Amino acid sequence: MKYEPILLARIHKPNSHQLEGYRADGGYAAIEQALVDKKPADVIAQVKDAGLRGRGGAGFPTGLKWTFLPKDHPGPIYLCVNADESEPCTYNNRILMEKDPHQVLEGIMLACYAIRSEKAFFYVRYEYGTAYRALEAAIAELYAAGLLGKNIFGSDFHLDIVLHRGAGAYICGEETGLIESLEGKRAWPRIKPPFPAIEGAFRKPTIVNNVETMACVTQIMRRGIDWFKSLGVPPDPKNPRDAGSYGPKLYTIAGHVEKPVCVELPMGVSLRELVEVHGGGVWKGRKAKAVNPGGLSMGFVDVLAPLKGEDGKTEYDIPLDFNGPGKVGCLGLGTAAVTVIDDQTSMVDVLHNVTQFFSHESCGQCTPCREGTGWMLKIMERFRRGLGRREDLDILVDVADRIGIIPGTTICGLSDGAGWPVKTAIRKFRSEFEEAIRKGEPSRYAKPLQMVGAH
Amino acid sequence: MSVLSEDIKNRIRALLPKYPRKQAVTLPALHMVHDEYRHVSPEAVVEIAEILELHPSEVQDTMTFYAFFKEKESEKLGKERVWVCRGLACMLRGAYELIDHCEHKLGVHCGQTTADGKITLEFAECIGACDGAPAILRNDEHVMNVTPEKADGLFAEIRK
Ligand SMILES: Cc1cc2nc3c(=O)[nH]c(=O)nc-3n(C[C@H](O)[C@H](O)[C@H](O)COP(=O)(O)O)c2cc1C
Ligand code: SF4
Ligand code: FES
Repeated sequence: MKYEPILLARIHKPNSHQLEGYRADGGYAAIEQALVDKKPADVIAQVKDAGLRGRGGAGFPTGLKWTFLPKDHPGPIYLCVNADESEPCTYNNRILMEKDPHQVLEGIMLACYAIRSEKAFFYVRYEYGTAYRALEAAIAELYAAGLLGKNIFGSDFHLDIVLHRGAGAYICGEETGLIESLEGKRAWPRIKPPFPAIEGAFRKPTIVNNVETMACVTQIMRRGIDWFKSLGVPPDPKNPRDAGSYGPKLYTIAGHVEKPVCVELPMGVSLRELVEVHGGGVWKGRKAKAVNPGGLSMGFVDVLAPLKGEDGKTEYDIPLDFNGPGKVGCLGLGTAAVTVIDDQTSMVDVLHNVTQFFSHESCGQCTPCREGTGWMLKIMERFRRGLGRREDLDILVDVADRIGIIPGTTICGLSDGAGWPVKTAIRKFRSEFEEAIRKGEPSRYAKPLQMVGAH
Repeated sequence: MSVLSEDIKNRIRALLPKYPRKQAVTLPALHMVHDEYRHVSPEAVVEIAEILELHPSEVQDTMTFYAFFKEKESEKLGKERVWVCRGLACMLRGAYELIDHCEHKLGVHCGQTTADGKITLEFAECIGACDGAPAILRNDEHVMNVTPEKADGLFAEIRK
C-alpha cells in the first residue's frame, strides 16, 4: 500500500507557505484546541506517550526531555529550535521550512505552551536564506493575525518567536554550541552537565529541539497518539532500553542515485528499498558500493557485506530506524540522510572528503578533536597523493577510536562523528585502502583544495 | 567620525528588545554591517561594541570564530558571494570539477574576489541542497544542479 505523506502533505500545494492555505487545511486548530481544553502537562503527556524521539540526530525522547525542566520554575524558560541543519547530505528541515513553515511554527507554539515558555529562538543556518525569508513572512502573518504575541486565541498564553541567523559553522548545530552562538559568543560547546534543561540559553532552563521534531509535535497533537504509533517500529522486546522508532520520518537521498529526493515514510524502511525504489536506484545503471545511512557522522554501510544471521541479506537491507544502522557498526540513524556511493568511486576520495569536513569544522576546544581531525586529514591527503603507508590504516582507526564523548575524551559529539566514518570505512573497505597503498597512484583529485579559516 | 551610518545603528538598536541580553545581538549586528560594508573593520567593531555595551574584544572574539566574516579592507567582499559546495553529495556529482571550472573562468582562487569587484568565489561545506548537487550558494540562495554552463550563466548575470 502506498504511504500517504503527512509531514509533507502540503508541500506541492500552491502557496503552501502561506497562513491562509494552512488554516484552510485545518492548521492551528491543534494549538487553539490545546489552549481551551489541555493543560501544559497534558501536551507533554501526549507527546511522551506517542513515543516521539528527537529528529535532530540523537533520538532522545522529546516528551521526556521536556519533563527535565525544573518544576514550578518562575521563568523565563526558553525554546531553541535547531535549524542549523549542517550535517553533510541532510536537507529535510530545509524543505519543511521553505514549503510548510506554519506546520513547524504550530509545533513551536504547542511546545512552548507545554514547557511554559514565552519565547522561542529559531536558529537558522545562514545558507538557508530562502527558508529564513519564508519563516520571516510566516511569523509576520501570525503577528498580524494575532496568533503570536500576547493572549493568543484569547487565552493567557503569550509567545514571541525570534529568528536568528547562523554564520556558516557546523558546530552551531550542537545544542550548547547553538546556545553560545545565540548568546553572541564563539560557538564553543559547553561541558555537560548542566544540561540545557537546567541551565541553557542566558543561563535559563532551555529546551533545544529540531525542526522536524516540531512538525511531528503538530501532527501528534492533531492526529493523536494512536496515529503516531501506528507508524514505525515498536521497541525491541529483547532490549529493555529501546524506546521504539515510532512515527513518520523524512529521509533524504543524495549522491549516486537517479533521483535525489526527500521522501516521507514510516520509520523503519530498509536502506535497499529507500535507494532502489524511492531514490530511483543507483545512477547510470551502476551498483552501489557503500552507503552513508544518516549523515556523514554515522559512518558507512558496506552494500555487499552479508548481514549476520540473516540468510541472503546484506548490510544494504538494514532498516532505517533508530536501531538499524547500529547493528552494522554505524553510530546510529543520525539525520536519516542517505548518501549512495557507486562502485566506480574511490573510498580514498570519499574518506578524504569526510576528514576534510571534520577537520574544517572542529571548533578546536578539545585537543583530541582538534589535533585528531587534523591528523586524519593529513593522512588522507597522503593517501590522495598516492603516498599512503600500511601503518596509516591502524593509526587512522586508533585516532578515530580515541576521540569523542563515547571514549570520554572530548566535550561534544562532533568528534565521535569524525571518528565513525573513518573507522567504518577502514574496517569495511580495508582491502581497497591496502590496494591503494600497493599501487601508490595519486587520486584524480590529488590537488588539495585551499583551506580558508578554521571553521 | 563614525564609520557606521545612523540608519544601520538604529537597525541594530531595534533588535535589542528581542533578546534578554545585548550581547545576543552580536551576530545579527555583524551580519548587517558585513552585508552592507562588505567587511567588518576594526572601527566598525568598536561601534558595534558601543551599542551592545561590550568591550570591542568581545565582538572581535566572536567575529573571528566565524570565518564567514571578512575583517580586512583587502579582503573586502565583491558585489556578490558565490560559494561552491564541496560536500560529499556534491563531490560525488562533480563539485571538485565545478570548483576548478569556476576558478578558471573567474581567474581567482576560492577566497578571492574578481578584479572587477563583482564576484567573491568561495567553497562551502554541505549547504543543504544535496537534492540539487552539485550546488552553489549565491549569497544566501541555492542554485541547484549546476553545470559549467549554468555557472557561466550565473556569472554573466551577476556581472550584467
Ligand atoms: C556536531 C553536532 C552537530 C549537530 N547538528 C545538529 C543540527 O544541525 N540540527 C539538529 O537538530 N541537531 C543537531 N545536533 C544535535 C543537537 O545537539 C540536539 O541533540 C538536537 O538539536 C536536539 O533536538 P531533538 O531532540 O529534537 O532531536 C548536532 C549535534 C552535534 C554533536
Ligand atoms: S569535540 Fe571537537 S567540536 Fe566538540 S567541543 Fe571539542 S573540539 Fe569542539
Ligand atoms: S553536499 Fe553539497 S549541498 Fe549537500
